[in-house]
Amino acid sequence: MIVDSFKFLPRTYRPFYDGRGPFAGEEEPVWAPFEKRLAESRIALLTSAGMYVKSSQPSFDLEREQTQPEWGDPTWRAIPSATPAAEIGVAHLHINDEDLLADPEIALPMHLLAELESEGVVGGAVAEHLSVMGFQKLGLRDWRQTAAPELIAHLQEQGAGGLILAPA
Amino acid sequence: MMPSVAEERRAPRVVGVEFPFGHAFGMPHDRVMQRRTLELALRVLAGASKFGTRVDMDMEWPVPLREAYQAWQPKVASPIVRKLLEAQRSQQNSS
Repeated sequence: MIVDSFKFLPRTYRPFYDGRGPFAGEEEPVWAPFEKRLAESRIALLTSAGMYVKSSQPSFDLEREQTQPEWGDPTWRAIPSATPAAEIGVAHLHINDEDLLADPEIALPMHLLAELESEGVVGGAVAEHLSVMGFQKLGLRDWRQTAAPELIAHLQEQGAGGLILAPA
Repeated sequence: MMPSVAEERRAPRVVGVEFPFGHAFGMPHDRVMQRRTLELALRVLAGASKFGTRVDMDMEWPVPLREAYQAWQPKVASPIVRKLLEAQRSQQNSS
């Protein structure tokens, strides 16, 4: 089965995404071989669903996006891997959040990954997974300059050996 | 969800899923579906041997397309969509 990338989008959206090619300066392949076995590796998850921990973290800034429609909050949140589903909030104006709130595992399967760890499929999971809000300003400048280096440092501090990026 | 875009943007490894936005790993509370997706992502992470590897998940979304197409979308259009629609309307009115 070949996945249709535009199955769930209005036809008018297709030109915004299709055939755009790589960003300027990102034409060259980026490759890091995965040299360990999965069962010896610590895995991290990253969602772009705008998830945050309601009791201890601020929401992503949706008020500013309402007044500046081309802008998206470029900050990120560290989500402790044992956070209960009821503690997860979602701040994302471009998707319906009902299913995400009902079962956050559909975007950030932290508990499922912990299950795979207990079965020995993966060697471990990081203590904190990552969340960003996927609608970003054209060109991603703030995100590239600030969030991306911070996310990489956070993953390295936690000893992550592999990262699953899950777009929302 | 948009593997062709991930390929164009030069993602080193891509797993394609034909799921609606907001549902990267599957249906809410469907642990079997979510696990199949996560396991495939892990296999591609660890097993891909070269840049640009893409593996598509052989699973259809178990909701009729018309219903699923509407269900993932926010109840209120996002600010950028509202702005684009307003611009389109004013262009139509002026022509």
